Amino acid sequence: MATAGPETEPGGLNIHPMDQFLLQPLFGEELHWFTPTNGTLWMLLTVAAASLLMVAGTRGRALVPSRSQSAAEMTYGFIRKMVEDVTGRAGAKYFPYIMTIFLFILFANVLALIPTSFSPTSHIAVTATLGIGVFLTVTAIGFIRHGIGFLRLFWVSEAPTLALRVVLFFIELISYFIRPVSHSVRLFGAMAAGHAVVKVFAGFAGALGLAAILPIGAIVAMYALELLVAVIQAYIFTILTCVYLNDALHPGH
Amino acid sequence: MEPEEHGDIVVLTADEVANHGAHATGMPQLDPTIWPNLIFWLVVSFALLYFILSRVALPRLGAILAERQDAISNDLEMAALLRRRAEEAEAAYDKALADAREEANRIAEATRAEMNEELKALMAKAEAEIAARSAESEARIKEIRDGAAQSIEEVARDTAITIVEMLMPSLADRAAVDAAVERQLRG
Repeated sequence: MATAGPETEPGGLNIHPMDQFLLQPLFGEELHWFTPTNGTLWMLLTVAAASLLMVAGTRGRALVPSRSQSAAEMTYGFIRKMVEDVTGRAGAKYFPYIMTIFLFILFANVLALIPTSFSPTSHIAVTATLGIGVFLTVTAIGFIRHGIGFLRLFWVSEAPTLALRVVLFFIELISYFIRPVSHSVRLFGAMAAGHAVVKVFAGFAGALGLAAILPIGAIVAMYALELLVAVIQAYIFTILTCVYLNDALHPGH
Repeated sequence: MEPEEHGDIVVLTADEVANHGAHATGMPQLDPTIWPNLIFWLVVSFALLYFILSRVALPRLGAILAERQDAISNDLEMAALLRRRAEEAEAAYDKALADAREEANRIAEATRAEMNEELKALMAKAEAEIAARSAESEARIKEIRDGAAQSIEEVARDTAITIVEMLMPSLADRAAVDAAVERQLRG
């Protein structure tokens, strides 16, 4: 977002890598919890882009698919297979939820590569909400399906002594509660860091004159890497969700 | 709107922040005042996408893939059916051909036998006719021969009596001459 305004000093180094993460109201001045912001805009664009692929792309319902329908079918098949491979038949019920997570993160990440866009997934508030949402959903599913038996997930029955089992119980419990943290910080960190680095190189390019070709080349390379990261992070978030869901569906070691 | 000067601090209105860009201090992500807004709009857009996917996109895609699977297996079944029919048709054709050949042989055989029969009958008839005719001819030849022999006897008797009458009319005894001729002829 940091376009050169009248208040920036000419020449000099104007590197403001964090400006792109500022949340700003689209209309008016005050920021309430319901105010439409640039975050709102890009999250709704994410929904629109995902819907365009999955709904408009499959409008033909063709037996021999068009290009967009083929892409939608491949995405469907990819996530469907992931859910079935990781969680078995029992997880098929939660496929729409997993699919929503994947498409939302994927499109948010990829749209964030558009210059001057806002990246919702580079905000810890967004990734933590997603991560905690998965954590709560999965924990609820575990208790609903297995009742108190869900706690077997933490009880390592292969451990030789009772004392060791108790120690492992607490270790397992802690690692379980760490999950939403690592789940959300991983996505937030990867996205925020990549975008900040691109912006730093852009600031160098502004200050270097002809030698700007070097940071511009670096930005091109970073963009290729960032595209890879955008897709891989969406994949990682989704497959970890499947793994956690599998633990809830089939607890016990 | 110009920035208002308050000592050395430049105060920007939110409008100018939006238009010209403000500079973040530290990480804007860690400012808790923006969290409710982000979380609220995240929940709204996530729920919207979930609704669109679970109500429209995913059932449609599932139906498309199932339909394609059905179409493929139907086509395979139909191909197998057609192949089976073609094999049956070929077998039926072969059978019809063999039957026709057999029928032709049978008819040819029957015709040949019939013709032989007819030919035999005709031959027998013709032989019988020939035999009848030759018998008749022999009878007539015999008759003619007998007639001719009798005529010779008469001519001989007449000639003999004439000669005898001319040479010695006194001795002309018809019965004696006849007996003499008879003797000579049988002699």
